[in-house]
Amino acid sequence: MTAPKRIGKQTVAFDNPPVIIGRASAVGPKEGKGPLKDYFDFIAEDTYFNDTSWEKAERKFFQTAAKLAIEKANLTPNDIHYFLAGDLLNQIISATYTARSLPIPYVGLYGACSTMYEGLALGAMLIDGGFADHVLAGVSSHYSTAERQFRFPTEQGVQRPLSSQWTVTGAAAMVLAAQGQGPRITHATIGKIVDLGVADATDMGAAMAPAAFDTIKQHLEDTGRDPGYYDLIVTGDLAKIGHRLVQALGEKQGLDLSKNYTDCGLLIYDTSQDVHAGGSGCACSGVVTAGFLLEEMQAGRYQKILGLGTGALHSPIASQQGETVPGIAHAVAIEF
Amino acid sequence: MSANRLVVAQPLVLFLYKSALNRQNITGGVHMVEQNELEHQIEMERKLFEQKEYQDLVKKVKPKVPLLRNVIGAFLVGGTICLIGQIILGGFIAGGLTQRAAIGATAAVMIFLGSLLTGLGVYDNLAKFAGAGSIVPITGFANSIVAPALEFKSEGYVFGLSSKMFVVAGPVLTFGFIASVTIGLIYYFLP
Repeated sequence: MTAPKRIGKQTVAFDNPPVIIGRASAVGPKEGKGPLKDYFDFIAEDTYFNDTSWEKAERKFFQTAAKLAIEKANLTPNDIHYFLAGDLLNQIISATYTARSLPIPYVGLYGACSTMYEGLALGAMLIDGGFADHVLAGVSSHYSTAERQFRFPTEQGVQRPLSSQWTVTGAAAMVLAAQGQGPRITHATIGKIVDLGVADATDMGAAMAPAAFDTIKQHLEDTGRDPGYYDLIVTGDLAKIGHRLVQALGEKQGLDLSKNYTDCGLLIYDTSQDVHAGGSGCACSGVVTAGFLLEEMQAGRYQKILGLGTGALHSPIASQQGETVPGIAHAVAIEF
Repeated sequence: MSANRLVVAQPLVLFLYKSALNRQNITGGVHMVEQNELEHQIEMERKLFEQKEYQDLVKKVKPKVPLLRNVIGAFLVGGTICLIGQIILGGFIAGGLTQRAAIGATAAVMIFLGSLLTGLGVYDNLAKFAGAGSIVPITGFANSIVAPALEFKSEGYVFGLSSKMFVVAGPVLTFGFIASVTIGLIYYFLP
């Protein structure tokens, strides 16, 4: 017997598309000065968020977003059946310590920067499968915690290459429900690991672009849609270089992504903010989706969006042992 | 272009090889193994080609390093740091120190300045403009020790600050020690 909700090779189509009934975003000061500043629910004054370490600050962002999302869904934490969460730090500590403060059964996820969409896809499956009424999906990232875990201390005097990206400081959370008003998740396409041999840890966009393109292509093939079906196809954090590479891969394979394709890493900062290629991190796709994209959907600007969480599953240890950076991308079709 | 032709040619070779096998009606185990190996090899080649092709594309899209700007920045800032050092050295000598003592005192002052500017959060901004110009002088070495010390203080003074302090400068020290021991030995054994 084949699974009745699967279509094509990697996609599931939901019978009763789960609804995003609550969503919230909390960001740091740099993001709060960017072009999307009016869309965020909460902007912290500094990256320490009145705490003693950046790691503690990161989970404060996470707790703020989670609490706000539940409130905005008119629910209490006791109504939520699962909390699907992840972040970039070792042992996903931001997600875990946020979960410690909530009375919700917790599933920890690690998909690097793709985690928001990994959570949305799995949450939608849990709900449409009849395993939960309400699911909370959330992510966080922090520029300074990511820098010191993956790269250099922040006060270290180094020149960042032009291909490097700026990790978004902030967190996003969304409440999915079986019923209600709001944008609905109609399809999810789980991506494969794609690794075309990019080893440069300062060029994550290039490492992720082939995975993003692979998932977009597979999603369209599985659903029989063409790129024009969506008002917007938006990847998580490919930034300038990765975005251009996805378009170039499209040109080569006859998929026109020149009109309605953008990237959260391009939307969140403007060029004067000295972020080089653009934004990155779990919170990049998280806060842009929860804050900006879904808001604009509810305002009627977009009806159909294909969102992709893109992750560079980079490990400093593996890199130092000569490994390349595996990429992943998960797609979720959101329709209103 | 030649790599492209190679990839096109390989399936053709495989096809000819397969049809030759069929014609001879050979289905023996040995030949099956050979055939699998060939297919595997071709698959590996195809993957390598795909990777190479993509990496060429990445090279085209990636922004070029602004070499001239970086060189000028490094020259200006690196030169200024050295000039400041020279003035301090001159000052110490004029104040009555011997050349040798003045060099040590100057290094100490420069290390102090590098550490202070790192603590004030200025040095990394300077380095953004200067690149190698602020990494190579001794102030850059101070920066590479103070920056992790500041940052890992959140994990405590023992396991954080003091053990992570040399995380960046460690290799410099290690190779410095090796070089000085080697030169010392040469000096000792040479007449």
